[in-house]
Amino acid sequence: MPKITYVAVDGTARTVDVPSGTSVMRGAVFNDVDGIVAQCAGNAQCATCHVYVDDTTLDRLEPARPDEDDLLDFTACPRRPGSRLSCQLTVTEALDGLIVHLPERQK
Amino acid sequence: MTAETDAQPASVVIVGAGQGGYQTAASLRDHGYRGRVTLISAEDALPYERPPLSKAYLKSDGHAKGEEELWLRPATYYVRQSIDLVGGTVTRIDPAARTVRLGDGSTYDYGHLVLATGARPRTLDVPGAELRGVHTLRTARDAAALRASLAAARCAVVVGAGFIGLEFAAVARESGCAVTVVEALERPLARAVSVRTAEHVTRLHRREGAQLLFGQRVVALHGDRHGGVAAVELADGLRLPADLVLIGVGVAPRTELAAAAGLPVGDGITVDARLLTGDPHISAIGDCAAFPQVRSGKRLRLESVQNAVGHARLVAERLTGAPRAHYDELPWFWSDQYSTTVQIAGHDDGHDTEMVLGDDPDAFSVLLFRGEDLRAVESVNRTGDHLAARRLLDNGGQVRPGDVAAPGFSLKGHLASLGGGTAAAVGRAMS
Repeated sequence: MPKITYVAVDGTARTVDVPSGTSVMRGAVFNDVDGIVAQCAGNAQCATCHVYVDDTTLDRLEPARPDEDDLLDFTACPRRPGSRLSCQLTVTEALDGLIVHLPERQK
Repeated sequence: MTAETDAQPASVVIVGAGQGGYQTAASLRDHGYRGRVTLISAEDALPYERPPLSKAYLKSDGHAKGEEELWLRPATYYVRQSIDLVGGTVTRIDPAARTVRLGDGSTYDYGHLVLATGARPRTLDVPGAELRGVHTLRTARDAAALRASLAAARCAVVVGAGFIGLEFAAVARESGCAVTVVEALERPLARAVSVRTAEHVTRLHRREGAQLLFGQRVVALHGDRHGGVAAVELADGLRLPADLVLIGVGVAPRTELAAAAGLPVGDGITVDARLLTGDPHISAIGDCAAFPQVRSGKRLRLESVQNAVGHARLVAERLTGAPRAHYDELPWFWSDQYSTTVQIAGHDDGHDTEMVLGDDPDAFSVLLFRGEDLRAVESVNRTGDHLAARRLLDNGGQVRPGDVAAPGFSLKGHLASLGGGTAAAVGRAMS
């Protein structure tokens, strides 16, 4: 099963198994990883599941669709090149080892 | 009301573990509250998200989603945060003794009580409403039953062209089911969106092969000899064949407990601008709460995630000693139907001018003004407009009809021309 690593603001990292087909957001929620709010339940409506994808794993992702791209302009913490909405990142075997950094706040 | 309010009560009991109840408990802990938190759920489930119930959760393609995919948090969270999840139905509030009693006779003391009782679907008062295959949709259990019915259904009738009915109609069409939507009024979403947006929604469903009948009343549901629904009879005598019926005619707020406790209720539990009921030790939030809108003074009851979460946070802040003077968050809402997203920013309580942005008939926004005042923005497949509108409306709606009429106007561009707002303003608009 693909492993995803979530790195908190204080540098604490947690690596969890996330089944293919579920989102990086859901992987955090299901494993009780703090730092992702996901108020809209993964519908690309609220920008409260913002993550910074680590530079070393950024090239594995498909680019953001237009609605995600729009939402990334409205995150609580500044948008950076690695910014993504974790609800829009569907886990596949190709994402095994993905590292995401959690922002200081989501709202 | 200027009665002394609770700050740092010894314990908080929350009745109802939907989005609002869950968020109250979570926000109390986020704000460092250390007293006892009891979250009472009438459903035999961990707190979960409702929006997917009328959308993705109904689909059985690939794999049927399990309830755990809806959880707001896993069980370990409640243990870690010392939130006592209690299963049961509250049967009585005793405001004098500050206790709630559950159906099994157990009682819980509260320093402060939060009523997050939600709403129940309205049913149809017609013969045959009890037949097998007739559904309402509110809970995960309802959704699982509806999904099972849909997997075997060939023709579905949806009564009521509200959000729940239309979202289900879209899923049913996508799964190959014939769909007829019967609506008593002359257009869909009549209480929620402008005529222009409603007309687009009508075209969308018809294009996808659904039949929409307006100005039609259901007078009876007829069964087959096995007790399953077989047809829906309309007032004009037309009989629509149906092996599945979804009743989507709105919800009624759950106010009985509050009323029995002597609290004022109307269409919802009556609360003040700080979401306090008539008792300073009892708050009410979310779908069940009728609160005064600061701008208009009108009492409002909203059914949305945004409203439930916003209410919950305000109450948690008040109980942890950081009270806000009044609840004043911008309402927003979304609905997914087929591959179309309809998004609403603000609350339209009467407009006299509609202005449209966008030339694409399938992607546009409708700006609703009253006089010079922007009241609400409806966006169809224009998420960028919706987000900019949320921020603009949150900052006081600094858009005039004259601005919109100018060549090259866009909401995002207008927002940028105003300075775009600070990061804090963004956070407020998005939260």
